[in-house]
Order: sequence, then structure tokens, then C-alpha cells
Amino acid sequence: MAFKFPSDEWVKEFARQINSSKAYEESGKDWEGDWIFIVEADEAYPKTVYFFIGLYHGKVTDAAMIENENARPAQYYMRGSFSTWRKTIEGKLDPIQGLMTRKFKLKGNLMKVLRYPRSAKELVNCVMRVPTEFPNQQST
Amino acid sequence: MWNFISPRIVFGEGALDALDELVGNRALIVTDKGVVELGLVNKVIAHLKKASIEVCVFDEVEPDPSVQTVRKGAEVALQLQPDWVIGIGGGSPIDAAKAIWILYERPDIEPAAIAPVGDLGLRKKARLITIPTTSGTGSEVTWAIVLTDAEEKRKMGLGNQENVADIAIVDPEMAMSMPPRLTADTGLDALVHAIEGYTCTWHTDLTDGLCLHAARLVFQYLPRAVVDGQDLEARTRMHNAATCAGLGFGNAMASMAHAMGHSLGGAFHVPHGRAVAIFLPYTIEFCALEESARFADLAVLLGCVNSDTEHNGVKAAHSLAYYVRDLCHKVGNPTSVAEAGIPRKTYEAQLDKLVDDALNDTQMVTAIRTPTVEEMRRLFIYAYEGLPVDF
Repeated sequence: MAFKFPSDEWVKEFARQINSSKAYEESGKDWEGDWIFIVEADEAYPKTVYFFIGLYHGKVTDAAMIENENARPAQYYMRGSFSTWRKTIEGKLDPIQGLMTRKFKLKGNLMKVLRYPRSAKELVNCVMRVPTEFPNQQST
Repeated sequence: MWNFISPRIVFGEGALDALDELVGNRALIVTDKGVVELGLVNKVIAHLKKASIEVCVFDEVEPDPSVQTVRKGAEVALQLQPDWVIGIGGGSPIDAAKAIWILYERPDIEPAAIAPVGDLGLRKKARLITIPTTSGTGSEVTWAIVLTDAEEKRKMGLGNQENVADIAIVDPEMAMSMPPRLTADTGLDALVHAIEGYTCTWHTDLTDGLCLHAARLVFQYLPRAVVDGQDLEARTRMHNAATCAGLGFGNAMASMAHAMGHSLGGAFHVPHGRAVAIFLPYTIEFCALEESARFADLAVLLGCVNSDTEHNGVKAAHSLAYYVRDLCHKVGNPTSVAEAGIPRKTYEAQLDKLVDDALNDTQMVTAIRTPTVEEMRRLFIYAYEGLPVDF
């Protein structure tokens, strides 16, 4: 079964993948900080959408698609176009590379994020394990 | 999309002459006392005099420069108001010069906040020149800065693409006085930059050629430069190799050997180049067991394999690891942590921290194979014993 992106079901499956990852549990064992991912509208998708992902000591505390970026408090906000997020979900764009080339914009303590490179990598591994169906596509 | 960042590079014999034409009023030279004692700073000052530039020397940079030293240098800069900051030395003075320049331009920011993302707005007050006196770090052409927080005893990888030098002057005359041990350590650092820049996941078409050629030059000329420091051809080619490797890995990334080397260096003060060169063959063997293609490709291009049957896969990658160890032996460097003189009990007592620091080093992000905690622990143990990696 593929999960439609963007959707609440999709982000909940992403959370399930993270919570079943031993590697993420290890690498994020000291991490404290909730995220809001902002998927901005572009030519490939017409609407901006928002995901909340609570992360605490190697586990997801909550994950949901939310109305706007102020709907939940968070420490980190990562913003990029739909097409940029799609490349990351498909494993074609390293999110840290994305930040360095300004494809993504980050609000929050970047230096703290850079101290957890393995967590970032494991999150990408988890997102790639989510069977994802993008708009105008049967399945991935 | 990716960027290729580089200063203007003046290189070869007589490159220091470029300073004669410099336009400006005041320069702050950032260096260390050893470089001053070798007379290398005076050579630069003589050229700056021809350009009628007033010079102030800040020579208090220590190995593994601290945030505190950088702040002190920035105070000097704020008083002097230079229009050029000139870093002369190995990686430490050049990294310190970059940080001092940033804090001079932006006294409002903390050193720990010099991050790869965001605008610093540099070049309002001054520009940066880098002049390496060792052949290895590549710091003259990269935007990376490594500072140590002396209070927390922690190395910090900092930098922003804006803080790359405006001009890098790569003159082999400045490297002629390096003693053999320093020549070997720094030359091996260049080799690790070249091989990791070629094999990391962020390598690109624009960096591959630089890394490949740099590795070739190091294999060919480092033994000569170690044996005879007055061999001008060997010194010149090694100086160029270090800069090529710096451009290569600086626009790609280093990888796991650097992560492990930073960890070892932080705990036991092993010189950077020596530490990363110890770990490189082990990380090649480890990564190649899962994904050997890039290592095998490089092994073939460098002529590390003899027969057609060895041209692919793990066997070729292991030949590359063998060649790296062989070069270490030739230049008198250790190929295991034990050979580096670290007592087993002390090492084992630090093992948890070594593993944790290596896994959380930013260079890990580009590793072609990501080790688990247990695998990283085994890698440190194998590297201590000098055992070929079989897992």
C-alpha cells in the first residue's frame, strides 16, 4: 500500500518508520526538539502544507499534518518547495546539502542540527522506507 | 544544484610576488610563533612593503586554535582596521585567520554561530589572503574552519561559503623548511582529502579530477619530499597536490576517516594528518564491503591493481587500502593506533567517547556506508590492532 503525499496518513507512517528504527533510536538518543516541515506550493503542487513531527530521545512523540505553522509550538522549522521535498523523500537530495544550497531554509539552531548528522541520515532512510504516492503518479 | 567555491589561486615558484601588486593600506598577518621564527613572515612582509602596506603581526595562534585566541585576534583587528587579513601557516593559523576576519567584519556574532547557512555579509571592511607553509590541509582554498572550545574541550567544525579566501598564494618556497615528520603528516592529510573527496557521497564531476590528480601526486612525490626537503620539484608538486585536494574535498566533503581522526585527535592529540591516515585504510575496507565501486574505480585509475581480475569490487578496494598503508610505511608513519604509541588501557577507557564523537562528526554524513554503534566500536578496535576489516 502506498501513502499519498502530502497527507496525515503519510506523516503518521513516517513516524511509524522512525519509531521502528533502531538506528534512529541510537543516533537521536539525546535529541530534544520538535519540527515543523513546510512544503511550499510550486508548479508541481498548488497548496502549501505543514507537518508537525515531535522528536524526543530517539522517538516520535506525535506526528500530524497541521493547518499552519503556528498550529503547534516547535523549535525547528524547515521550509522548501514541494519538488525539493519530493527529491529528499526519494533519496535524490541530501537534506543537509539542500540546506547548504538554500533549497531548504531552516529556522532554529542549525549548529545543533549539524551535531546530529547520523540522525539526519537515519531520518532520510526512514522517509525512503515510506511507500509514497505523489500527485499525478500511480505509485513509487 | 551544487556550488564550486574557490579563491583566486596564485601558485608555483615566485607566487609571493603577487603581493607586490596588492592594493590597500593595512594588513593584519595571523600566524604562529614557529612560522615567525622560520623567517617566513618576514618574506611576506618584504613583499607587502613593496606595495606600501602597513603590517601588524598577530602570532599567538596555537595548534588547534581556540575560540579565545580568535576573539583576541579579532580585538587586534578591530583596533588596527586592516583592509587585508593574511593567514600564514598550516591549517591552524589559516583557520584562525578566517575566524578573526569574520569576527572583525561581524563583531555581533559568536564564533560558534559561523554556520554553513545564512549570509555573513563579509568584505565590507577587509579581504582575506591565505599562504600555506605546509602541504596538506588545503585550508587555503576551503571555507571550513576548525576551532576548539577550550572550556568544553570540544572541536567545532564551522564555516560559511562566504569565508573562503579572496586570494590563495601557494608558493613552494614557503614549505621548504618543513621537517620530515611534518611533511609526512601533512602530506598524508592531503592524500586522505583526495581519496575521501573522490569516494564520499557528495563527490561531483567538478571535484573528481582534482581529487584523482592530487592522490596521484601524493603517491608519487610525498616519499621524495620526506627524504629530501630541499627537493624543489617534490615540494612544488606536493604543495600543488594539497591545494588540488583542498579544492576537491572542500567542494565535496571528507568522510569517515576524518570523523574517526577528529575523534582520536580530540582525545589523544595525535596530529590531524597522522590520525586520519591511520583510519583511512580501515574505512575503505569497511565501506567497500557494502559499496566498492568508487574505491575500485580509484584503485584502477591510480594503478593500484595488477590484473584484470582485480579491477573490480572489494579486491580492488583492498588494493587501494594496501597502497595507502604502504605509503604510510614508506614515510615512516603508523598504520595502527597502537603503532601511534597510544597505550591500550588508555585507549579502551576512551572507547565510548571515541565512538560517540566519531558517529556525531559532521563528516559522517557523506560516508558511503553508515556504521552502527557496534560496528564503529569494532572499527576503532581493528584500527588499534592493525587488523584488516572483515565485517
